[in-house]
Amino acid sequence: MATLIFLFSAAALLQFFISYCRSLIAASIKQPISAEVRDVTGIASAASGEDFVRVVQLLQLCPERPEDGSRIRAINAYFRLLTLMRSTVARVVPALVNWTDMERGQCTYFAAVALDRRIAFSRDMLAQQMDA
Amino acid sequence: MPGSIDYVIWILGWVLEASVVVCALSTRSFRRYLCLNLYMLFCLLFSIGRYQVLSHYGLSSAQYSYFYFYSDALLTIFLYLALITLYLHVFDEMKVGKYLRLTAVLLLAGTALFSYAVVQQSQQKMLTGFFYELSQNLYFVGLVLTYVLWGAILKLRETRTRLIQLVLSLGIYFSAFAATFALRNIFPSFQMIQYIVPVFGCLLPLAWAYAFWRLPEDARMAPARLAVVPR
Repeated sequence: MATLIFLFSAAALLQFFISYCRSLIAASIKQPISAEVRDVTGIASAASGEDFVRVVQLLQLCPERPEDGSRIRAINAYFRLLTLMRSTVARVVPALVNWTDMERGQCTYFAAVALDRRIAFSRDMLAQQMDA
Repeated sequence: MPGSIDYVIWILGWVLEASVVVCALSTRSFRRYLCLNLYMLFCLLFSIGRYQVLSHYGLSSAQYSYFYFYSDALLTIFLYLALITLYLHVFDEMKVGKYLRLTAVLLLAGTALFSYAVVQQSQQKMLTGFFYELSQNLYFVGLVLTYVLWGAILKLRETRTRLIQLVLSLGIYFSAFAATFALRNIFPSFQMIQYIVPVFGCLLPLAWAYAFWRLPEDARMAPARLAVVPR
Protein backbone atom coordinates (compact mmCIF):
# COMPACT_ATOMS: atom_id res chain seq x y z
CA MET A 1 0.00 0.00 0.00
CA ALA A 2 2.83 2.40 0.94
CA THR A 3 4.57 1.64 -2.38
CA LEU A 4 1.35 2.40 -4.27
CA ILE A 5 0.89 5.71 -2.41
CA PHE A 6 4.53 6.55 -3.07
CA LEU A 7 4.22 5.88 -6.82
CA PHE A 8 1.00 7.90 -7.09
CA SER A 9 2.44 10.82 -5.07
CA ALA A 10 5.74 10.79 -6.98
CA ALA A 11 3.86 10.89 -10.32
CA ALA A 12 1.66 13.74 -9.02
CA LEU A 13 4.74 15.59 -7.72
CA LEU A 14 6.43 15.30 -11.12
CA GLN A 15 3.35 16.57 -12.93
CA PHE A 16 2.77 19.47 -10.53
CA PHE A 17 6.45 20.43 -10.68
CA ILE A 18 6.50 20.43 -14.51
CA SER A 19 3.29 22.48 -14.66
CA TYR A 20 4.59 24.92 -12.02
CA CYS A 21 7.82 25.47 -13.98
CA ARG A 22 5.82 25.91 -17.19
CA SER A 23 3.68 28.54 -15.45
CA LEU A 24 6.88 30.38 -14.37
CA ILE A 25 8.22 30.25 -17.93
CA ALA A 26 4.85 31.33 -19.38
CA ALA A 27 4.99 34.51 -17.31
CA SER A 28 8.25 35.57 -19.01
CA ILE A 29 7.80 34.13 -22.51
CA LYS A 30 5.88 37.22 -23.74
CA GLN A 31 8.73 39.57 -22.82
CA PRO A 32 11.16 40.38 -25.62
CA ILE A 33 14.90 40.03 -25.08
CA SER A 34 16.99 43.13 -25.74
CA ALA A 35 19.37 43.19 -28.70
CA GLU A 36 22.25 43.51 -26.24
CA VAL A 37 21.39 40.22 -24.49
CA ARG A 38 20.86 38.55 -27.87
CA ASP A 39 24.39 39.58 -28.81
CA VAL A 40 25.93 38.44 -25.53
CA THR A 41 24.12 35.10 -25.40
CA GLY A 42 24.24 34.37 -29.12
CA ILE A 43 20.47 33.74 -29.24
CA ALA A 44 19.55 34.85 -32.78
CA SER A 45 15.91 33.88 -33.36
CA ALA A 46 14.82 30.87 -31.31
CA ALA A 47 16.51 29.95 -28.04
CA SER A 48 18.07 26.50 -27.92
CA GLY A 49 18.57 24.21 -24.94
CA GLU A 50 22.27 24.00 -25.80
CA ASP A 51 22.69 27.67 -24.79
CA PHE A 52 21.15 27.25 -21.32
CA VAL A 53 24.36 26.52 -19.40
CA ARG A 54 26.13 29.50 -21.01
CA VAL A 55 23.23 31.88 -20.25
CA VAL A 56 23.13 30.68 -16.63
CA GLN A 57 26.91 31.24 -16.37
CA LEU A 58 26.37 34.81 -17.58
CA LEU A 59 23.53 35.19 -15.07
CA GLN A 60 25.86 34.22 -12.26
CA LEU A 61 28.23 37.03 -13.24
CA CYS A 62 25.55 39.65 -12.55
CA PRO A 63 24.48 40.77 -9.05
CA GLU A 64 21.51 38.69 -7.93
CA ARG A 65 18.08 40.27 -7.76
CA PRO A 66 16.36 39.16 -4.54
CA GLU A 67 13.11 38.24 -6.28
CA ASP A 68 14.36 35.93 -9.04
CA GLY A 69 16.80 33.59 -7.21
CA SER A 70 14.28 30.89 -6.28
CA ARG A 71 12.61 30.96 -9.73
CA ILE A 72 15.95 30.49 -11.50
CA ARG A 73 16.81 27.57 -9.20
CA ALA A 74 13.43 25.98 -9.99
CA ILE A 75 13.95 26.37 -13.75
CA ASN A 76 17.51 25.05 -13.41
CA ALA A 77 16.11 21.92 -11.74
CA TYR A 78 13.46 21.67 -14.47
CA PHE A 79 16.13 21.94 -17.18
CA ARG A 80 18.15 19.13 -15.55
CA LEU A 81 15.02 17.00 -15.36
CA LEU A 82 14.35 17.62 -19.08
CA THR A 83 17.96 16.77 -19.95
CA LEU A 84 17.64 13.54 -17.96
CA MET A 85 14.37 12.71 -19.74
CA ARG A 86 15.96 13.45 -23.11
CA SER A 87 18.85 11.08 -22.49
CA THR A 88 16.73 8.27 -20.97
CA VAL A 89 12.96 8.12 -21.61
CA ALA A 90 13.13 9.97 -24.94
CA ARG A 91 15.32 7.19 -26.37
CA VAL A 92 12.42 4.79 -25.87
CA VAL A 93 9.66 7.31 -26.76
CA PRO A 94 11.02 9.35 -29.71
CA ALA A 95 8.04 11.77 -29.63
CA LEU A 96 9.46 13.15 -26.39
CA VAL A 97 12.65 14.39 -28.13
CA ASN A 98 10.86 17.31 -29.82
CA TRP A 99 8.95 18.19 -26.66
CA THR A 100 12.05 18.17 -24.42
CA ASP A 101 13.98 20.21 -27.02
CA MET A 102 11.19 22.82 -27.14
CA GLU A 103 10.99 22.97 -23.34
CA ARG A 104 14.77 23.24 -22.94
CA GLY A 105 14.74 26.11 -25.44
CA GLN A 106 12.08 27.89 -23.39
CA CYS A 107 14.16 27.39 -20.23
CA THR A 108 16.99 29.19 -22.08
CA TYR A 109 14.61 31.98 -23.07
CA PHE A 110 13.51 32.32 -19.43
CA ALA A 111 17.17 32.55 -18.33
CA ALA A 112 17.86 35.18 -21.05
CA VAL A 113 14.91 37.29 -19.83
CA ALA A 114 16.25 36.99 -16.27
CA LEU A 115 19.69 38.05 -17.54
CA ASP A 116 18.13 41.07 -19.22
CA ARG A 117 16.47 42.05 -15.92
CA ARG A 118 19.68 41.56 -13.96
CA ILE A 119 21.63 43.78 -16.37
CA ALA A 120 18.97 46.49 -16.03
CA PHE A 121 19.06 46.03 -12.23
CA SER A 122 22.89 46.38 -12.18
CA ARG A 123 22.66 49.53 -14.30
CA ASP A 124 20.11 51.02 -11.90
CA MET A 125 22.33 50.22 -8.92
CA LEU A 126 25.34 51.76 -10.64
CA ALA A 127 23.33 54.88 -11.54
CA GLN A 128 22.17 55.21 -7.91
CA GLN A 129 25.77 54.92 -6.68
CA MET A 130 26.91 57.55 -9.17
CA ASP A 131 24.15 59.89 -8.01
CA ALA A 132 25.09 59.36 -4.38
CA MET B 1 17.35 17.98 21.01
CA PRO B 2 17.25 19.26 17.42
CA GLY B 3 20.56 20.13 15.76
CA SER B 4 21.67 23.40 14.18
CA ILE B 5 20.35 22.37 10.72
CA ASP B 6 16.88 21.81 12.22
CA TYR B 7 16.95 25.25 13.85
CA VAL B 8 18.07 26.93 10.60
CA ILE B 9 15.20 25.29 8.67
CA TRP B 10 12.81 26.18 11.49
CA ILE B 11 13.77 29.86 11.50
CA LEU B 12 13.70 29.95 7.69
CA GLY B 13 10.16 28.58 7.89
CA TRP B 14 9.13 31.36 10.31
CA VAL B 15 10.56 34.04 8.04
CA LEU B 16 8.87 32.62 4.94
CA GLU B 17 5.50 32.13 6.67
CA ALA B 18 5.60 35.70 7.96
CA SER B 19 6.61 36.95 4.50
CA VAL B 20 3.50 35.37 2.91
CA VAL B 21 1.25 37.37 5.25
CA VAL B 22 3.31 40.55 4.77
CA CYS B 23 3.28 40.18 0.95
CA ALA B 24 -0.48 39.51 0.95
CA LEU B 25 -1.10 42.55 3.15
CA SER B 26 1.14 44.81 1.08
CA THR B 27 -0.58 43.80 -2.17
CA ARG B 28 -4.04 44.01 -0.53
CA SER B 29 -4.72 40.31 -1.16
CA PHE B 30 -5.11 39.26 2.48
CA ARG B 31 -8.91 39.23 2.52
CA ARG B 32 -9.25 37.79 -0.96
CA TYR B 33 -7.21 34.73 0.06
CA LEU B 34 -8.18 34.85 3.72
CA CYS B 35 -7.97 31.11 4.51
CA LEU B 36 -4.54 30.78 2.85
CA ASN B 37 -3.20 33.69 4.86
CA LEU B 38 -4.81 32.52 8.10
CA TYR B 39 -3.22 29.12 7.53
CA MET B 40 0.22 30.76 7.18
CA LEU B 41 -0.43 32.92 10.24
CA PHE B 42 -1.40 29.87 12.32
CA CYS B 43 1.65 28.00 10.95
CA LEU B 44 3.83 30.80 12.28
CA LEU B 45 2.06 30.97 15.67
CA PHE B 46 2.07 27.18 16.19
CA SER B 47 5.70 27.03 15.10
CA ILE B 48 6.65 29.61 17.73
CA GLY B 49 4.47 27.73 20.24
CA ARG B 50 6.26 24.46 19.41
CA TYR B 51 9.60 26.14 19.98
CA GLN B 52 8.44 27.42 23.38
CA VAL B 53 7.13 24.00 24.46
CA LEU B 54 10.28 22.30 23.15
CA SER B 55 12.60 24.62 25.03
CA HIS B 56 10.60 24.27 28.28
CA TYR B 57 9.83 20.53 28.30
CA GLY B 58 12.22 18.91 25.79
CA LEU B 59 11.77 16.83 22.65
CA SER B 60 10.84 13.55 24.36
CA SER B 61 8.29 15.08 26.75
CA ALA B 62 4.60 14.20 26.63
CA GLN B 63 3.75 17.93 26.52
CA TYR B 64 5.69 18.42 23.29
CA SER B 65 4.17 15.29 21.72
CA TYR B 66 0.64 16.42 22.57
CA PHE B 67 1.23 19.97 21.40
CA TYR B 68 2.92 18.79 18.18
CA PHE B 69 0.20 16.32 17.15
CA TYR B 70 -2.76 18.54 18.09
CA SER B 71 -1.32 21.58 16.34
CA ASP B 72 -0.40 19.47 13.31
CA ALA B 73 -3.98 18.17 13.01
CA LEU B 74 -5.39 21.69 13.37
CA LEU B 75 -3.00 23.02 10.72
CA THR B 76 -3.93 20.20 8.34
CA ILE B 77 -7.62 21.09 8.79
CA PHE B 78 -6.79 24.76 8.09
CA LEU B 79 -4.87 23.74 4.97
CA TYR B 80 -7.83 21.63 3.88
CA LEU B 81 -10.08 24.67 4.30
CA ALA B 82 -7.57 26.78 2.35
CA LEU B 83 -7.76 24.25 -0.48
CA ILE B 84 -11.56 24.42 -0.43
CA THR B 85 -11.39 28.23 -0.79
CA LEU B 86 -9.22 27.72 -3.89
CA TYR B 87 -12.02 25.49 -5.23
CA LEU B 88 -14.45 28.34 -4.50
CA HIS B 89 -12.23 30.74 -6.48
CA VAL B 90 -12.00 28.40 -9.48
CA PHE B 91 -15.73 27.58 -9.53
CA ASP B 92 -16.72 31.15 -8.65
CA GLU B 93 -18.65 31.83 -11.86
CA MET B 94 -20.59 28.57 -11.70
CA LYS B 95 -22.31 29.60 -8.45
CA VAL B 96 -21.81 26.20 -6.83
CA GLY B 97 -20.27 27.50 -3.59
CA LYS B 98 -23.06 26.06 -1.41
CA TYR B 99 -22.58 22.54 -2.77
CA LEU B 100 -18.79 22.79 -2.55
CA ARG B 101 -18.95 23.79 1.12
CA LEU B 102 -21.39 20.98 1.91
CA THR B 103 -19.23 18.40 0.10
CA ALA B 104 -16.11 19.69 1.89
CA VAL B 105 -17.75 19.36 5.33
CA LEU B 106 -19.01 15.85 4.51
CA LEU B 107 -15.58 14.79 3.22
CA LEU B 108 -13.87 16.17 6.34
CA ALA B 109 -16.38 14.38 8.59
CA GLY B 110 -15.92 11.17 6.56
CA THR B 111 -12.13 11.37 6.89
CA ALA B 112 -12.44 11.98 10.65
CA LEU B 113 -14.80 8.97 11.03
CA PHE B 114 -12.46 6.78 8.97
CA SER B 115 -9.48 7.87 11.11
CA TYR B 116 -11.48 7.17 14.28
CA ALA B 117 -12.37 3.69 12.99
CA VAL B 118 -8.72 2.94 12.22
CA VAL B 119 -7.53 4.12 15.66
CA GLN B 120 -10.33 2.24 17.46
CA GLN B 121 -9.25 -1.05 15.88
CA SER B 122 -5.65 -0.62 16.99
CA GLN B 123 -4.49 -1.49 20.49
CA GLN B 124 -3.28 2.03 21.17
CA LYS B 125 -6.55 3.95 21.53
CA MET B 126 -5.15 7.37 22.25
CA LEU B 127 -6.35 10.79 21.22
CA THR B 128 -2.90 11.59 19.76
CA GLY B 129 -3.24 8.45 17.61
CA PHE B 130 -6.51 9.80 16.23
CA PHE B 131 -4.99 13.21 15.44
CA TYR B 132 -1.96 11.61 13.78
CA GLU B 133 -4.21 9.36 11.66
CA LEU B 134 -6.53 12.27 10.78
CA SER B 135 -3.57 14.42 9.75
CA GLN B 136 -2.07 11.71 7.54
CA ASN B 137 -5.42 10.87 5.90
CA LEU B 138 -6.22 14.54 5.29
CA TYR B 139 -2.88 14.95 3.51
CA PHE B 140 -3.80 12.19 1.12
CA VAL B 141 -7.35 13.56 0.64
CA GLY B 142 -5.76 16.98 0.04
CA LEU B 143 -3.47 15.54 -2.62
CA VAL B 144 -6.39 13.89 -4.44
CA LEU B 145 -8.50 17.06 -4.18
CA THR B 146 -5.65 19.23 -5.49
CA TYR B 147 -5.20 16.84 -8.40
CA VAL B 148 -8.93 17.08 -9.19
CA LEU B 149 -8.76 20.89 -8.89
CA TRP B 150 -5.81 20.96 -11.28
CA GLY B 151 -7.82 18.89 -13.75
CA ALA B 152 -10.70 21.38 -13.40
CA ILE B 153 -8.32 24.31 -14.01
CA LEU B 154 -7.12 22.73 -17.25
CA LYS B 155 -10.65 21.77 -18.33
CA LEU B 156 -12.13 25.19 -17.55
CA ARG B 157 -9.13 26.91 -19.18
CA GLU B 158 -8.46 29.00 -16.10
CA THR B 159 -6.15 31.93 -16.92
CA ARG B 160 -5.52 33.65 -13.56
CA THR B 161 -1.75 33.30 -13.09
CA ARG B 162 -1.72 33.87 -9.35
CA LEU B 163 -4.50 31.35 -8.68
CA ILE B 164 -2.80 28.78 -10.92
CA GLN B 165 0.53 29.16 -9.13
CA LEU B 166 -1.12 28.95 -5.70
CA VAL B 167 -2.81 25.68 -6.69
CA LEU B 168 0.31 24.21 -8.31
CA SER B 169 2.53 24.99 -5.34
CA LEU B 170 -0.06 23.41 -3.05
CA GLY B 171 -0.04 20.35 -5.32
CA ILE B 172 3.76 20.10 -5.06
CA TYR B 173 3.52 20.44 -1.27
CA PHE B 174 0.82 17.78 -0.83
CA SER B 175 2.41 15.28 -3.22
CA ALA B 176 5.89 15.78 -1.71
CA PHE B 177 4.51 15.18 1.78
CA ALA B 178 2.50 12.13 0.73
CA ALA B 179 5.58 10.73 -1.05
CA THR B 180 7.83 11.26 1.99
CA PHE B 181 5.24 9.76 4.36
CA ALA B 182 5.07 6.69 2.10
CA LEU B 183 8.87 6.58 1.77
CA ARG B 184 9.16 6.67 5.55
CA ASN B 185 6.88 3.61 5.75
CA ILE B 186 8.86 1.75 3.07
CA PHE B 187 12.32 2.61 4.46
CA PRO B 188 11.90 3.40 8.20
CA SER B 189 15.68 3.69 8.74
CA PHE B 190 16.23 6.28 5.96
CA GLN B 191 17.56 9.23 8.01
CA MET B 192 17.51 11.92 5.30
CA ILE B 193 13.70 12.10 5.48
CA GLN B 194 13.87 14.08 8.74
CA TYR B 195 15.44 16.95 6.72
CA ILE B 196 13.41 16.49 3.51
CA VAL B 197 10.04 17.06 5.23
CA PRO B 198 10.86 20.51 6.76
CA VAL B 199 12.59 21.63 3.53
CA PHE B 200 9.41 20.85 1.58
CA GLY B 201 7.54 22.71 4.32
CA CYS B 202 9.54 25.85 3.42
CA LEU B 203 8.78 25.59 -0.31
CA LEU B 204 5.04 26.25 0.06
CA PRO B 205 5.39 29.64 1.84
CA LEU B 206 8.20 30.56 -0.59
CA ALA B 207 5.99 29.91 -3.63
CA TRP B 208 2.97 31.62 -2.06
CA ALA B 209 5.01 34.67 -1.04
CA TYR B 210 6.28 34.94 -4.62
CA ALA B 211 2.73 34.60 -5.99
CA PHE B 212 1.42 37.37 -3.72
CA TRP B 213 4.41 39.65 -4.13
CA ARG B 214 5.26 39.41 -7.83
CA LEU B 215 2.02 38.41 -9.58
CA PRO B 216 -0.76 40.97 -9.79
CA GLU B 217 -4.33 39.67 -9.36
CA ASP B 218 -5.19 40.57 -12.96
CA ALA B 219 -2.17 38.74 -14.51
CA ARG B 220 -3.30 36.16 -17.06
CA MET B 221 -1.63 33.32 -18.97
CA ALA B 222 -2.52 31.07 -21.88
CA PRO B 223 -4.02 27.83 -20.50
CA ALA B 224 -2.39 25.80 -23.30
CA ARG B 225 1.02 26.63 -21.77
CA LEU B 226 0.14 24.70 -18.60
CA ALA B 227 -0.67 21.22 -19.84
CA VAL B 228 2.27 18.84 -19.76
CA VAL B 229 1.11 17.37 -23.08
CA PRO B 230 1.29 20.16 -25.71
CA ARG B 231 -2.14 21.29 -26.97
